[in-house]
Amino acid sequence: MNAPTAAGIPGDSSSSSSLSTGETTEVSARAENVSKLFGTFAALRQVSVELLSGRCYVLVGENGAGKSTLLRILAGLLRPSFGTVRVFGGIEPQEARARIGYMSHAPMLYDELTAQENLNYFRNLYPGRQCLTPTEALRQVGLDPKLNRTLGQYSQGMRQRTSLARVLLPVPELLLLDEPFSNMDLESTRQMVELLAGFRHSSRTIVITTHQRELAAPIADWVLTLHAGRVKSFEPGNPTL
Amino acid sequence: MLSALWTHLAKDLRIEWRSKEAINSMLFFALLVVVLFSLSFDPQGAFARQISGGVLTVAIMFAAVSSLNQAWAREIRHQVLDAQRMTPTPGAEMFLAKVIANFLFVTVVQIVLAPVFVIMYNLRILGNGWLLAVVLPLGTWALVANGTFFAALSIRSRNRELLLPLILFPIFIPALLAMVQSATVIITGQGDPTLWIKLLVGYDIIFTTISLLLFEVVLHAE
Repeated sequence: MNAPTAAGIPGDSSSSSSLSTGETTEVSARAENVSKLFGTFAALRQVSVELLSGRCYVLVGENGAGKSTLLRILAGLLRPSFGTVRVFGGIEPQEARARIGYMSHAPMLYDELTAQENLNYFRNLYPGRQCLTPTEALRQVGLDPKLNRTLGQYSQGMRQRTSLARVLLPVPELLLLDEPFSNMDLESTRQMVELLAGFRHSSRTIVITTHQRELAAPIADWVLTLHAGRVKSFEPGNPTL
Repeated sequence: MLSALWTHLAKDLRIEWRSKEAINSMLFFALLVVVLFSLSFDPQGAFARQISGGVLTVAIMFAAVSSLNQAWAREIRHQVLDAQRMTPTPGAEMFLAKVIANFLFVTVVQIVLAPVFVIMYNLRILGNGWLLAVVLPLGTWALVANGTFFAALSIRSRNRELLLPLILFPIFIPALLAMVQSATVIITGQGDPTLWIKLLVGYDIIFTTISLLLFEVVLHAE
Protein backbone atom coordinates (compact mmCIF):
# COMPACT_ATOMS: atom_id res chain seq x y z
CA MET A 1 0.00 0.00 0.00
CA ASN A 2 2.85 2.33 -0.68
CA ALA A 3 1.98 3.97 -3.95
CA PRO A 4 -0.31 6.81 -4.78
CA THR A 5 -2.23 4.86 -7.40
CA ALA A 6 -5.90 4.74 -6.59
CA ALA A 7 -8.24 1.83 -6.93
CA GLY A 8 -6.91 -1.22 -8.62
CA ILE A 9 -3.85 -2.50 -10.38
CA PRO A 10 -4.21 -1.89 -14.12
CA GLY A 11 -5.40 -4.99 -15.85
CA ASP A 12 -6.31 -6.59 -12.60
CA SER A 13 -9.98 -6.98 -11.84
CA SER A 14 -9.31 -7.04 -8.12
CA SER A 15 -9.95 -4.13 -5.87
CA SER A 16 -6.52 -3.14 -4.73
CA SER A 17 -3.94 -0.64 -3.74
CA SER A 18 -0.89 -0.53 -5.97
CA LEU A 19 2.30 -2.19 -4.88
CA SER A 20 5.49 -0.64 -6.10
CA THR A 21 7.16 2.72 -5.89
CA GLY A 22 10.65 1.40 -5.66
CA GLU A 23 10.83 2.18 -1.95
CA THR A 24 12.98 -0.23 -0.02
CA THR A 25 11.06 0.05 3.23
CA GLU A 26 10.26 -3.29 4.82
CA VAL A 27 6.80 -4.73 4.22
CA SER A 28 4.91 -5.36 7.46
CA ALA A 29 1.85 -6.99 5.98
CA ARG A 30 0.55 -7.94 2.57
CA ALA A 31 -2.95 -9.03 1.64
CA GLU A 32 -3.52 -10.35 -1.85
CA ASN A 33 -6.96 -10.67 -3.41
CA VAL A 34 -8.54 -11.14 -0.03
CA SER A 35 -12.25 -11.85 0.07
CA LYS A 36 -14.28 -12.66 3.14
CA LEU A 37 -17.70 -14.23 3.01
CA PHE A 38 -20.10 -14.48 5.95
CA GLY A 39 -22.64 -16.92 4.58
CA THR A 40 -23.61 -15.36 1.27
CA PHE A 41 -22.61 -11.85 2.31
CA ALA A 42 -19.27 -10.67 0.98
CA ALA A 43 -17.72 -8.37 3.59
CA LEU A 44 -14.53 -8.01 1.55
CA ARG A 45 -14.10 -8.49 -2.20
CA GLN A 46 -10.66 -9.12 -3.62
CA VAL A 47 -8.84 -6.54 -1.56
CA SER A 48 -5.08 -6.27 -1.99
CA VAL A 49 -3.00 -4.07 0.26
CA GLU A 50 0.62 -3.76 1.24
CA LEU A 51 1.62 -2.10 4.49
CA LEU A 52 5.10 -0.70 4.95
CA SER A 53 6.81 -0.31 8.27
CA GLY A 54 7.00 3.18 9.73
CA ARG A 55 3.80 4.23 7.96
CA CYS A 56 0.37 5.07 9.24
CA TYR A 57 -2.62 3.97 7.17
CA VAL A 58 -6.09 5.28 7.80
CA LEU A 59 -9.02 3.15 6.69
CA VAL A 60 -12.22 5.04 6.13
CA GLY A 61 -15.61 4.04 4.80
CA GLU A 62 -19.25 3.86 5.78
CA ASN A 63 -20.62 1.27 8.20
CA GLY A 64 -20.36 -2.22 6.72
CA ALA A 65 -17.66 -1.21 4.24
CA GLY A 66 -15.38 -3.96 5.53
CA LYS A 67 -12.89 -1.94 7.59
CA SER A 68 -13.13 -4.01 10.76
CA THR A 69 -13.18 -7.26 8.80
CA LEU A 70 -9.97 -6.28 7.01
CA LEU A 71 -8.37 -5.39 10.33
CA ARG A 72 -9.40 -8.69 11.91
CA ILE A 73 -8.00 -10.60 8.96
CA LEU A 74 -4.69 -8.73 9.22
CA ALA A 75 -4.67 -9.53 12.96
CA GLY A 76 -5.18 -13.22 12.22
CA LEU A 77 -8.48 -13.34 14.10
CA LEU A 78 -10.34 -14.16 10.89
CA ARG A 79 -9.14 -16.24 7.98
CA PRO A 80 -9.92 -14.94 4.51
CA SER A 81 -12.36 -17.00 2.44
CA PHE A 82 -10.14 -16.39 -0.59
CA GLY A 83 -6.74 -14.82 -1.04
CA THR A 84 -3.69 -14.72 1.20
CA VAL A 85 -2.37 -12.58 4.03
CA ARG A 86 1.26 -12.58 5.06
CA VAL A 87 3.05 -10.47 7.64
CA PHE A 88 6.67 -9.70 8.47
CA GLY A 89 8.20 -11.19 5.38
CA GLY A 90 5.94 -14.11 4.59
CA ILE A 91 4.49 -15.67 7.72
CA GLU A 92 0.82 -16.08 8.48
CA PRO A 93 -0.63 -13.59 10.99
CA GLN A 94 -1.59 -16.48 13.28
CA GLU A 95 2.09 -17.33 13.61
CA ALA A 96 3.04 -13.76 14.52
CA ARG A 97 0.41 -12.88 17.09
CA ALA A 98 2.87 -11.56 19.65
CA ARG A 99 4.16 -9.01 17.12
CA ILE A 100 0.71 -7.68 16.23
CA GLY A 101 -1.35 -5.41 18.48
CA TYR A 102 -5.09 -5.34 17.87
CA MET A 103 -7.53 -2.93 19.46
CA SER A 104 -11.24 -3.37 18.89
CA HIS A 105 -14.32 -1.19 19.50
CA ALA A 106 -14.78 -3.13 22.75
CA PRO A 107 -12.18 -2.63 25.48
CA MET A 108 -11.14 -6.33 25.44
CA LEU A 109 -10.54 -6.13 29.19
CA TYR A 110 -12.28 -7.35 32.34
CA ASP A 111 -14.65 -4.95 34.11
CA GLU A 112 -14.01 -6.69 37.44
CA LEU A 113 -10.26 -5.98 37.46
CA THR A 114 -8.32 -2.76 37.82
CA ALA A 115 -6.26 -1.46 34.89
CA GLN A 116 -3.06 -2.69 36.56
CA GLU A 117 -4.53 -6.14 37.13
CA ASN A 118 -5.82 -6.35 33.58
CA LEU A 119 -2.47 -5.33 32.11
CA ASN A 120 -0.53 -7.61 34.46
CA TYR A 121 -2.68 -10.50 33.34
CA PHE A 122 -2.04 -9.86 29.66
CA ARG A 123 1.63 -9.14 30.20
CA ASN A 124 2.05 -12.61 31.70
CA LEU A 125 0.58 -14.11 28.54
CA TYR A 126 3.61 -13.02 26.51
CA PRO A 127 6.30 -15.27 27.98
CA GLY A 128 9.78 -14.60 26.67
CA ARG A 129 8.82 -11.31 25.06
CA GLN A 130 10.23 -8.03 26.30
CA CYS A 131 7.06 -6.25 27.38
CA LEU A 132 6.37 -2.87 28.89
CA THR A 133 5.36 -2.92 32.52
CA PRO A 134 1.70 -2.06 33.19
CA THR A 135 2.86 1.18 34.81
CA GLU A 136 4.86 2.17 31.74
CA ALA A 137 1.99 1.31 29.39
CA LEU A 138 -0.53 3.26 31.47
CA ARG A 139 1.77 6.28 31.66
CA GLN A 140 2.20 6.19 27.88
CA VAL A 141 -1.53 6.52 27.35
CA GLY A 142 -1.82 9.24 29.97
CA LEU A 143 -3.51 7.28 32.73
CA ASP A 144 -2.58 7.28 36.40
CA PRO A 145 -1.08 3.84 37.17
CA LYS A 146 -2.04 4.22 40.84
CA LEU A 147 -5.74 4.52 40.08
CA ASN A 148 -7.24 1.71 42.13
CA ARG A 149 -10.65 1.39 40.53
CA THR A 150 -12.01 -1.54 38.58
CA LEU A 151 -12.45 -1.00 34.88
CA GLY A 152 -16.21 -1.16 35.27
CA GLN A 153 -15.98 2.18 37.07
CA TYR A 154 -13.97 3.85 34.29
CA SER A 155 -15.40 6.26 31.76
CA GLN A 156 -15.54 5.11 28.12
CA GLY A 157 -12.57 7.26 27.22
CA MET A 158 -10.47 5.84 30.07
CA ARG A 159 -11.37 2.31 29.02
CA GLN A 160 -10.32 3.16 25.49
CA ARG A 161 -6.94 4.36 26.75
CA THR A 162 -6.50 1.27 28.92
CA SER A 163 -7.32 -0.82 25.90
CA LEU A 164 -4.57 0.96 23.97
CA ALA A 165 -2.21 0.35 26.89
CA ARG A 166 -2.97 -3.37 26.59
CA VAL A 167 -2.11 -3.23 22.89
CA LEU A 168 1.18 -1.48 23.65
CA LEU A 169 2.30 -3.98 26.32
CA PRO A 170 4.13 -6.45 24.03
CA VAL A 171 5.62 -3.58 21.98
CA PRO A 172 3.98 -4.74 18.73
CA GLU A 173 5.49 -3.98 15.34
CA LEU A 174 2.10 -3.79 13.65
CA LEU A 175 -0.69 -1.86 15.39
CA LEU A 176 -4.23 -2.43 14.19
CA LEU A 177 -6.59 0.03 15.83
CA ASP A 178 -10.32 -0.19 15.22
CA GLU A 179 -11.99 3.14 15.97
CA PRO A 180 -9.44 4.18 18.60
CA PHE A 181 -10.85 7.71 18.94
CA SER A 182 -14.44 6.77 19.63
CA ASN A 183 -15.71 8.00 23.02
CA MET A 184 -12.65 10.18 23.51
CA ASP A 185 -12.65 13.92 24.05
CA LEU A 186 -10.63 16.13 21.71
CA GLU A 187 -7.72 16.62 24.10
CA SER A 188 -7.39 12.87 24.72
CA THR A 189 -7.60 12.24 20.98
CA ARG A 190 -4.84 14.76 20.34
CA GLN A 191 -2.66 13.06 22.95
CA MET A 192 -3.31 9.65 21.42
CA VAL A 193 -2.47 10.92 17.93
CA GLU A 194 0.83 12.32 19.26
CA LEU A 195 1.57 9.00 20.90
CA LEU A 196 0.85 7.13 17.66
CA ALA A 197 3.05 9.57 15.75
CA GLY A 198 5.89 8.52 18.04
CA PHE A 199 5.30 4.85 17.19
CA ARG A 200 5.29 5.65 13.52
CA HIS A 201 8.70 7.28 13.86
CA SER A 202 10.00 4.14 15.56
CA SER A 203 9.33 2.14 12.37
CA ARG A 204 6.14 0.55 13.52
CA THR A 205 3.21 0.19 11.17
CA ILE A 206 -0.12 1.62 12.25
CA VAL A 207 -3.50 0.96 10.69
CA ILE A 208 -6.42 2.97 12.02
CA THR A 209 -10.05 2.62 11.07
CA THR A 210 -12.14 5.65 11.78
CA HIS A 211 -15.23 7.56 10.81
CA GLN A 212 -13.49 10.76 11.88
CA ARG A 213 -10.84 11.02 9.19
CA GLU A 214 -9.78 14.50 10.25
CA LEU A 215 -8.72 13.26 13.70
CA ALA A 216 -6.16 10.87 12.23
CA ALA A 217 -5.06 13.29 9.48
CA PRO A 218 -1.93 14.55 11.33
CA ILE A 219 -0.36 11.09 11.16
CA ALA A 220 -1.98 9.62 8.04
CA ASP A 221 0.61 8.68 5.40
CA TRP A 222 -2.10 7.03 3.32
CA VAL A 223 -5.85 7.04 3.37
CA LEU A 224 -7.63 3.98 2.07
CA THR A 225 -11.34 4.25 1.44
CA LEU A 226 -13.39 1.08 1.41
CA HIS A 227 -16.85 0.88 -0.09
CA ALA A 228 -18.99 -2.26 -0.02
CA GLY A 229 -15.98 -4.45 0.63
CA ARG A 230 -13.85 -3.01 -2.18
CA VAL A 231 -11.06 -0.47 -2.23
CA LYS A 232 -12.69 2.69 -3.53
CA SER A 233 -9.70 4.98 -3.34
CA PHE A 234 -6.19 5.11 -2.07
CA GLU A 235 -4.76 8.56 -1.50
CA PRO A 236 -1.62 9.96 0.07
CA GLY A 237 -2.13 11.78 3.32
CA ASN A 238 -0.49 14.92 4.54
CA PRO A 239 1.03 14.03 7.91
CA THR A 240 2.11 16.93 10.06
CA LEU A 241 3.40 15.05 13.09
CA MET B 1 3.56 -23.94 30.23
CA LEU B 2 2.48 -23.64 33.84
CA SER B 3 3.02 -19.90 34.10
CA ALA B 4 0.19 -19.06 31.69
CA LEU B 5 -2.06 -21.63 33.36
CA TRP B 6 -1.54 -19.96 36.74
CA THR B 7 -2.07 -16.55 35.17
CA HIS B 8 -5.46 -17.60 33.76
CA LEU B 9 -6.42 -19.41 36.97
CA ALA B 10 -5.47 -16.53 39.24
CA LYS B 11 -7.50 -14.17 37.06
CA ASP B 12 -10.59 -16.43 37.14
CA LEU B 13 -10.35 -16.88 40.92
CA ARG B 14 -9.86 -13.15 41.50
CA ILE B 15 -12.86 -12.24 39.37
CA GLU B 16 -15.05 -14.85 41.09
CA TRP B 17 -13.86 -13.67 44.50
CA ARG B 18 -15.07 -10.18 43.63
CA SER B 19 -18.29 -11.03 41.84
CA LYS B 20 -19.24 -14.39 43.47
CA GLU B 21 -21.58 -14.90 40.52
CA ALA B 22 -20.87 -18.56 39.83
CA ILE B 23 -20.76 -19.80 43.42
CA ASN B 24 -23.86 -17.91 44.53
CA SER B 25 -25.99 -19.05 41.60
CA MET B 26 -24.83 -22.66 41.92
CA LEU B 27 -25.30 -22.76 45.65
CA PHE B 28 -28.86 -21.46 45.60
CA PHE B 29 -29.78 -23.77 42.74
CA ALA B 30 -28.28 -26.87 44.38
CA LEU B 31 -29.89 -26.07 47.74
CA LEU B 32 -33.22 -25.61 46.02
CA VAL B 33 -32.99 -29.01 44.30
CA VAL B 34 -31.99 -30.78 47.51
CA VAL B 35 -34.78 -29.13 49.53
CA LEU B 36 -37.42 -29.76 46.85
CA PHE B 37 -36.51 -33.44 46.59
CA SER B 38 -36.52 -33.71 50.35
CA LEU B 39 -40.00 -32.17 50.58
CA SER B 40 -41.32 -34.26 47.70
CA PHE B 41 -40.15 -37.68 48.90
CA ASP B 42 -39.72 -37.14 52.66
CA PRO B 43 -36.77 -39.54 52.59
CA GLN B 44 -36.05 -41.60 55.71
CA GLY B 45 -33.70 -44.45 56.63
CA ALA B 46 -32.90 -47.00 53.92
CA PHE B 47 -34.93 -45.17 51.28
CA ALA B 48 -32.98 -41.97 51.89
CA ARG B 49 -29.71 -43.86 51.50
CA GLN B 50 -30.93 -45.43 48.24
CA ILE B 51 -31.83 -42.15 46.54
CA SER B 52 -29.33 -39.77 48.13
CA GLY B 53 -26.47 -40.56 45.72
CA GLY B 54 -28.69 -39.79 42.74
CA VAL B 55 -30.21 -36.66 44.25
CA LEU B 56 -26.83 -35.27 45.21
CA THR B 57 -25.37 -35.95 41.75
CA VAL B 58 -28.33 -34.45 39.91
CA ALA B 59 -28.35 -31.38 42.17
CA ILE B 60 -24.66 -30.79 41.50
CA MET B 61 -25.11 -31.44 37.79
CA PHE B 62 -27.91 -28.93 37.28
CA ALA B 63 -26.23 -26.36 39.49
CA ALA B 64 -22.93 -26.73 37.66
CA VAL B 65 -24.58 -26.33 34.26
CA SER B 66 -26.11 -23.03 35.31
CA SER B 67 -22.60 -21.82 36.10
CA LEU B 68 -20.82 -23.46 33.18
CA ASN B 69 -23.13 -21.60 30.85
CA GLN B 70 -21.55 -18.43 32.18
CA ALA B 71 -18.00 -19.82 32.17
CA TRP B 72 -17.03 -18.06 28.97
CA ALA B 73 -19.48 -15.15 29.22
CA ARG B 74 -16.88 -12.80 30.71
CA GLU B 75 -14.48 -13.60 27.92
CA ILE B 76 -17.10 -12.82 25.29
CA ARG B 77 -18.60 -9.73 26.96
CA HIS B 78 -15.97 -7.20 25.90
CA GLN B 79 -14.26 -9.40 23.29
CA VAL B 80 -11.59 -10.32 25.83
CA LEU B 81 -11.37 -13.70 24.11
CA ASP B 82 -10.00 -11.98 20.99
CA ALA B 83 -7.27 -10.34 23.08
CA GLN B 84 -6.46 -13.75 24.56
CA ARG B 85 -6.38 -15.28 21.08
CA MET B 86 -3.83 -12.65 20.07
CA THR B 87 -1.40 -13.83 22.75
CA PRO B 88 1.14 -16.53 21.93
CA THR B 89 0.17 -18.87 24.78
CA PRO B 90 -1.51 -22.21 23.97
CA GLY B 91 -5.27 -22.39 24.32
CA ALA B 92 -4.98 -25.65 26.24
CA GLU B 93 -3.62 -23.76 29.23
CA MET B 94 -6.55 -21.38 29.19
CA PHE B 95 -8.92 -24.34 28.98
CA LEU B 96 -7.25 -26.23 31.81
CA ALA B 97 -7.26 -23.12 34.02
CA LYS B 98 -10.97 -22.65 33.34
CA VAL B 99 -11.65 -26.30 34.21
CA ILE B 100 -9.69 -26.04 37.46
CA ALA B 101 -11.47 -22.80 38.38
CA ASN B 102 -14.90 -24.32 37.70
CA PHE B 103 -13.89 -27.45 39.58
CA LEU B 104 -12.97 -25.34 42.61
CA PHE B 105 -16.24 -23.39 42.44
CA VAL B 106 -18.31 -26.60 42.31
CA THR B 107 -16.24 -28.09 45.13
CA VAL B 108 -16.96 -25.07 47.35
CA VAL B 109 -20.67 -25.57 46.65
CA GLN B 110 -20.37 -29.27 47.54
CA ILE B 111 -18.64 -28.47 50.80
CA VAL B 112 -21.44 -26.10 51.80
CA LEU B 113 -24.13 -28.44 50.48
CA ALA B 114 -22.90 -31.63 52.19
CA PRO B 115 -23.98 -30.89 55.79
CA VAL B 116 -27.33 -29.52 54.61
CA PHE B 117 -27.82 -32.66 52.57
CA VAL B 118 -27.00 -34.98 55.48
CA ILE B 119 -29.44 -33.14 57.74
CA MET B 120 -32.28 -32.91 55.22
CA TYR B 121 -32.06 -36.62 54.35
CA ASN B 122 -31.35 -37.89 57.89
CA LEU B 123 -28.37 -39.61 56.36
CA ARG B 124 -26.13 -42.08 58.12
CA ILE B 125 -23.40 -43.39 55.85
CA LEU B 126 -22.95 -47.14 56.28
CA GLY B 127 -19.97 -47.71 53.95
CA ASN B 128 -16.53 -46.10 53.78
CA GLY B 129 -17.59 -42.47 53.94
CA TRP B 130 -14.14 -41.20 53.07
CA LEU B 131 -14.52 -42.71 49.59
CA LEU B 132 -17.05 -39.96 48.84
CA ALA B 133 -14.07 -37.61 48.98
CA VAL B 134 -12.70 -39.56 46.00
CA VAL B 135 -15.92 -40.14 44.07
CA LEU B 136 -17.33 -36.61 44.22
CA PRO B 137 -14.16 -34.86 42.94
CA LEU B 138 -13.78 -37.43 40.16
CA GLY B 139 -17.39 -37.01 39.07
CA THR B 140 -17.17 -33.24 39.40
CA TRP B 141 -14.05 -33.17 37.23
CA ALA B 142 -15.85 -35.22 34.57
CA LEU B 143 -18.73 -32.75 34.64
CA VAL B 144 -16.71 -29.53 34.54
CA ALA B 145 -14.10 -30.73 32.02
CA ASN B 146 -16.80 -31.70 29.55
CA GLY B 147 -19.01 -28.78 30.49
CA THR B 148 -16.25 -26.21 30.05
CA PHE B 149 -15.35 -27.67 26.67
CA PHE B 150 -18.92 -27.77 25.38
CA ALA B 151 -19.65 -24.33 26.81
CA ALA B 152 -16.75 -23.05 24.70
CA LEU B 153 -18.09 -24.95 21.71
CA SER B 154 -21.55 -23.42 22.04
CA ILE B 155 -20.35 -19.96 23.01
CA ARG B 156 -21.11 -18.35 19.65
CA SER B 157 -24.53 -19.92 19.42
CA ARG B 158 -27.57 -17.80 20.13
CA ASN B 159 -29.21 -20.75 21.96
CA ARG B 160 -26.14 -21.63 23.98
CA GLU B 161 -28.01 -21.97 27.28
CA LEU B 162 -30.20 -24.67 25.77
CA LEU B 163 -27.42 -26.17 23.68
CA LEU B 164 -25.03 -26.88 26.54
CA PRO B 165 -27.21 -29.36 28.48
CA LEU B 166 -28.35 -30.91 25.20
CA ILE B 167 -24.76 -31.76 24.26
CA LEU B 168 -23.35 -32.27 27.74
CA PHE B 169 -25.88 -34.54 29.44
CA PRO B 170 -25.82 -37.45 26.94
CA ILE B 171 -22.02 -37.48 26.96
CA PHE B 172 -21.95 -37.24 30.75
CA ILE B 173 -24.23 -40.30 31.20
CA PRO B 174 -21.42 -42.88 31.79
CA ALA B 175 -19.84 -40.63 34.42
CA LEU B 176 -23.24 -39.86 35.93
CA LEU B 177 -23.99 -43.57 36.22
CA ALA B 178 -20.60 -44.27 37.80
CA MET B 179 -20.97 -41.34 40.21
CA VAL B 180 -24.51 -42.29 41.32
CA GLN B 181 -23.73 -45.99 41.65
CA SER B 182 -20.51 -45.52 43.58
CA ALA B 183 -22.08 -42.89 45.88
CA THR B 184 -25.07 -45.17 46.53
CA VAL B 185 -22.80 -48.15 47.25
CA ILE B 186 -20.76 -46.06 49.69
CA ILE B 187 -23.79 -44.59 51.46
CA THR B 188 -25.71 -47.89 51.74
CA GLY B 189 -22.58 -49.92 52.50
CA GLN B 190 -23.78 -52.64 50.12
CA GLY B 191 -21.18 -53.65 47.57
CA ASP B 192 -17.81 -52.49 46.32
CA PRO B 193 -17.51 -49.14 44.50
CA THR B 194 -14.02 -49.87 43.08
CA LEU B 195 -15.20 -50.67 39.56
CA TRP B 196 -17.29 -47.50 39.36
CA ILE B 197 -14.40 -45.41 40.65
CA LYS B 198 -12.09 -46.92 38.01
CA LEU B 199 -14.68 -46.07 35.38
CA LEU B 200 -14.72 -42.46 36.59
CA VAL B 201 -10.92 -42.26 36.49
CA GLY B 202 -10.86 -43.65 32.94
CA TYR B 203 -13.63 -41.30 31.85
CA ASP B 204 -11.80 -38.30 33.31
CA ILE B 205 -8.51 -39.17 31.61
CA ILE B 206 -10.07 -39.82 28.20
CA PHE B 207 -12.37 -36.81 28.06
CA THR B 208 -9.90 -34.36 29.57
CA THR B 209 -7.26 -35.43 27.04
CA ILE B 210 -9.65 -35.15 24.10
CA SER B 211 -10.85 -31.73 25.26
CA LEU B 212 -7.30 -30.47 25.70
CA LEU B 213 -6.35 -31.66 22.22
CA LEU B 214 -9.41 -30.16 20.54
CA PHE B 215 -9.66 -26.89 22.44
CA GLU B 216 -7.25 -24.99 20.21
CA VAL B 217 -9.54 -25.70 17.25
CA VAL B 218 -12.60 -24.55 19.20
CA LEU B 219 -10.84 -21.41 20.42
CA HIS B 220 -9.88 -20.25 16.95
CA ALA B 221 -13.08 -21.32 15.20
CA GLU B 222 -14.90 -18.47 13.46
